[in-house]
Amino acid sequence: MAPKTIIDKIWEQHKVHGEEGKPDLIYIDLHLIHEVTSPQAFEGLRLNGRKVRRPDLTYATMDHNVPTADKNKINDKIAHKQMATLEKNCQEFGIELADIHHPDQGIVHVIGPELGLTQPGKTIVCGDSHTSTHGAFGALAFGIGTSEVEHVLATQTLWQSKPKTMEVKVNGKLAPGVAAKDLILAVIEKFGIGVGTGYVMEYTGEAIRSLSMEERMTVCNMSIEAGAKAGLISPDDVTISYLKGRRHVPSGEAFDQVAARWQSLASDEGASYDKTIEIDASEIEPQVTWGTNPSMGSSINGNVPYPDQFESQSERESIQRALDYMGLEPGTPINEIEVDYVFIGSCTNSRLSDLRAAAEIVKGKTVHSGVTAIVVPGSQTVKLLAEQEGLNTIFINAGFEWRESGCSMCLAMNEDIVPPGKRCASTSNRNFEGRQGNGSRTHLVSPAMAAGAAIEGKFTDVRNFQAALA
Amino acid sequence: MEPIKQFSGTVCPLDRSNVDTDQIIPKQFLKRIERTGFGQFLFYHWRLDEEGKENEAFVLNKKQYKDASILVAGNNFGCGSSREHAPWALLDYGFRVVIAPSFADIFYNNCLKNGILPISLSEEQVGELLHTAEGKQTELFVDLEQQKVTNNNGFSAEFQIDPYWKQMLLNGWDEISLTLTLDEQITKFEKSAMVKG
Ligand code: SF4
Repeated sequence: MAPKTIIDKIWEQHKVHGEEGKPDLIYIDLHLIHEVTSPQAFEGLRLNGRKVRRPDLTYATMDHNVPTADKNKINDKIAHKQMATLEKNCQEFGIELADIHHPDQGIVHVIGPELGLTQPGKTIVCGDSHTSTHGAFGALAFGIGTSEVEHVLATQTLWQSKPKTMEVKVNGKLAPGVAAKDLILAVIEKFGIGVGTGYVMEYTGEAIRSLSMEERMTVCNMSIEAGAKAGLISPDDVTISYLKGRRHVPSGEAFDQVAARWQSLASDEGASYDKTIEIDASEIEPQVTWGTNPSMGSSINGNVPYPDQFESQSERESIQRALDYMGLEPGTPINEIEVDYVFIGSCTNSRLSDLRAAAEIVKGKTVHSGVTAIVVPGSQTVKLLAEQEGLNTIFINAGFEWRESGCSMCLAMNEDIVPPGKRCASTSNRNFEGRQGNGSRTHLVSPAMAAGAAIEGKFTDVRNFQAALA
Repeated sequence: MEPIKQFSGTVCPLDRSNVDTDQIIPKQFLKRIERTGFGQFLFYHWRLDEEGKENEAFVLNKKQYKDASILVAGNNFGCGSSREHAPWALLDYGFRVVIAPSFADIFYNNCLKNGILPISLSEEQVGELLHTAEGKQTELFVDLEQQKVTNNNGFSAEFQIDPYWKQMLLNGWDEISLTLTLDEQITKFEKSAMVKG
């Protein structure tokens, strides 16, 4: 038998119907739902007298809109209505919901893995582009629009043309002090935000294998920022041991069986991809973005570029526009850029290991005067575990705010907004114009780099801190 | 959704690359639970200044483009967030066709599902359209059946579209009804694959 990629295998196993010249009808194993992209889908069902086909394969939470300062104070009336609507819809259609007061509540891409809902070989969709996060487990996971949400609710399937496959081979090892976030930012910086368009990316290579599950999620999370439909990593022992004992994962003998099946999904030796790109992990340094899309980035020891370094006119214009928006002069050393805000959170970097990495830097130090710094754990579970370890105390003593879980300042739909013209070091995934608030300026970094910026008041090579610790 | 077969309209040239969905519709307008009424928020921060007054420099506000229904833009249009509010806003504002050298995947799909025709042409062709429409009112004629875009100045370009989606758009079909005709097959699949909750 010809060797196959995991993408081929999952596709074959989920094809309900296929005809020449048409997309395939693909079965969906897990449908995650949140308050922002679902109301119109449920409304569509009601208007047509349709039911949810598999409420048991559907799971809902609230994350985008929820307040993180105080769960009991939802000041925004429209946001409140959106949450109430989700609650009503879940009741009406029999869907399990982790609402704002539920101990499992959190960012949808953080809680799926945490609860063991996310598993290798599953097809997973959510009305959210960062659904690619779940690919870390060897699942085929991608974001969909609201019409597709409605389609999945009604039929548990989607019409999909089989995407092309791309291998993203990460050779070598990450240097000490360089994070998974730096890796994926470097990939996007090198290959651009359109490189993955039309593809599902599979990350392979030595550097990927040595990442923890949480780090793999950070990498897969940002696949969409490279334009890919999804990003995934073949399951291995790291995957299996992460899943063992989680609530929605079978236990005992059944676990051994399912684990063996998961292992067999990994891409076969010699499987071929439509395209391969390669990068050497050992050359990657801590990254900071300086522009208004995630490919506009540099290593901490670089400088803000000059627009005329770029070839095409349109590129020069877009760099210039980005610099104007960001209020940056060409040639400025990255480590001289001062920040006003620091946000540690989002589905990219709000898991326990992220908070630990940041706390390690922060411990015993003080947030620079004039910097507002907040930590927003990805879920209530992360929050609880972090508190049990005393991470909250480390952050609070240093002058950080310690918040409830949610998307928060990643997209600033709730009150957590970066004011116009202010500069934020953020562990999230998007630095688009206005992403963190109208006129806000976002620099994407790893949790440790964000923590370093909070202490120094400007970007700094966090490896210096780490050397001091060692 | 409304069928689209042949369509002619005024072009609005938006000469920018990587226009993301946060720009098409900023997140503060995603809290509504309806599907309609998003047009007023389209390109909000580009179209309107801080006081909510029209920014005259922005192309959509220029009088020659006021009635535009065909948006022509740079590559990677619609990247970023999966929000379907982006095509809803475009449609509600009056756009039925978007032309660009390339589109982000989710956005492209979201357009198709709402009766917006996304057309990808080569960089040169798009460049020509942007150039022709610069500063003046120009018409484009789109023929989905023939998969062709033409104008009166001799511009003519063919485009690709998945035959499945072509049919859906031509007929204005509802995808869910179509899928539900395969209900038995889905049930059979569920039994054989033993899909568990
Ligand atoms: S944390 Fe940010 S990127 Fe992730 S789901 Fe929430 S809003 Fe989207």
